[in-house]
Amino acid sequence: MNNGKVDVNEEGYLKNPAQWTPELGHEIAKEVNIELTDRHFEVLNWLRAKQAEGVALSIRKVGNSGLVDIKEFYQLFPGGPLKISSKIAGIPKPVSCI
Amino acid sequence: MLPWQFTLKLKVMKNLVILGAGTAGTMMANKLYRDLNRKIWNITIIDKDEIHYYQPGFLFIPFGIYQPEDVVRTKAEFLPKGVNFIIGDIARIEGEKNQVLLKGGRTLPYDILIIATGANVVPEETPGLTGSLWHKDIFDFYTYEGATHLAKKLENWEGGKLVINLAETLIKCPVAPLEFAFLADAYFTEKGTRSKVEISYVTPLSGAFTKPKATKMLSALLEEKQIHVVPDFYLQEVDNHRKVLISYDQKEVPFDLLVTIPVNKGVDMIAASNLGDEDGLNFVPTDKQTLQSKKFENVFVIGDATNVPASKAGSVAHFEGEILLENILSYINNLPLEAKFDGHANCFIETGYGKAALIDFNYETEPLAGKFPWPVVGPMGLLKVNRANHFGKLAFKWIYWHILLTGKSLPVSSHMSMAGKEIEKKKSV
Repeated sequence: MNNGKVDVNEEGYLKNPAQWTPELGHEIAKEVNIELTDRHFEVLNWLRAKQAEGVALSIRKVGNSGLVDIKEFYQLFPGGPLKISSKIAGIPKPVSCI
Repeated sequence: MLPWQFTLKLKVMKNLVILGAGTAGTMMANKLYRDLNRKIWNITIIDKDEIHYYQPGFLFIPFGIYQPEDVVRTKAEFLPKGVNFIIGDIARIEGEKNQVLLKGGRTLPYDILIIATGANVVPEETPGLTGSLWHKDIFDFYTYEGATHLAKKLENWEGGKLVINLAETLIKCPVAPLEFAFLADAYFTEKGTRSKVEISYVTPLSGAFTKPKATKMLSALLEEKQIHVVPDFYLQEVDNHRKVLISYDQKEVPFDLLVTIPVNKGVDMIAASNLGDEDGLNFVPTDKQTLQSKKFENVFVIGDATNVPASKAGSVAHFEGEILLENILSYINNLPLEAKFDGHANCFIETGYGKAALIDFNYETEPLAGKFPWPVVGPMGLLKVNRANHFGKLAFKWIYWHILLTGKSLPVSSHMSMAGKEIEKKKSV
């Protein structure tokens, strides 16, 4: 991916969110069959900003953000919206403590 | 004492107010009572009720391992006599005026405020969860009421589909649901009804284990105990009539007995004080290292009440406590807040049959295998299932009441240590 210029973990998540670019977001999205729109980018930018603030993220947090509700979040990133959007946004995968 | 002397004395006294007398608040009251100059500082702690529950013990109640009386004490017995303990409902914090208002009109001014109001399960957040089946076929075990009702249910339950569902990922004690699944397997096996019980673990995350090392070391447990995992399931509602869980993307999971881990929220008073995060979950925006509130410099937050990306667990509150004490003393002395919390957490994972696993991690480092608390000798094993860990978990109840709440130090550093941990050598590419 991206000619090996970015470091990713075994599951394809960026190790360093600072290496992310919108172009890279498009590339990752294509791998999961999502064509990114401006609406997607609004969510991706919100996630990146929150992650940088050191906030623990959850689907409900996104749903209560005032940006999108949970239904729309699912429509934008079907399947596992937070898991998939985090990957496209270049931030760590949502995990539990184990 | 002459009246002018009395007035003078009142003027120089300062107030430190703690909201919440749970694990974190009680611990801070004890630490501060020992370390603050009591000629200058009045310490007041407020809580809405008198009972202190040993929350880690709730997990054992449904299976009859603990009896209800094992987890109940009074809050007052863990607070120093010189601390003012007020039982009352907090209406709101007025940060601009440095005061707390109680319902009923009483006002408490503060120089320093510590918010330790915790997190609660809110089943009402999910449509249908508290419907006609609530406490009949749907239970939580994160409350005293839920755990004790579930114990009665399990005693006579003949079997069927047991579903353990996490309605949300940001929950207290994130390993407890998995421990519940393991203990349920052992409980029904010992009862002789395991063949009649299907256990499913339904989670919004990508699996029961999400971190690489923990997955590698512990995921075989699920197969061994025949626990069926349903990943990426985010609960929208519960249909009580059809007895199914319905996700936001319209997947369905049927149940006969549902053990829910409802959405967790901070207390409503946080929203009434306009101090919560914008997501409406009532957790307080907090500096994840210094534990100072992001809004007011004389307001600090500890334990489950914060929005920091650490686990919501008693061990985290304990490690935060050491950091917060140092930072409050620095704040009082006009020094920079140099103590930094690293997200350290340490949790036992009961796996049934008198065995347990243990994990130790922080913001940056995932749980790794190794020995704990001392390298080589242990005696407890990280990411390993053994009896020593189980005895560690049982001993923790004594440690909780006698050491943790009283604000004493444990022989474990606040900052996570790499000593005794197995670090994988970097693979050359």
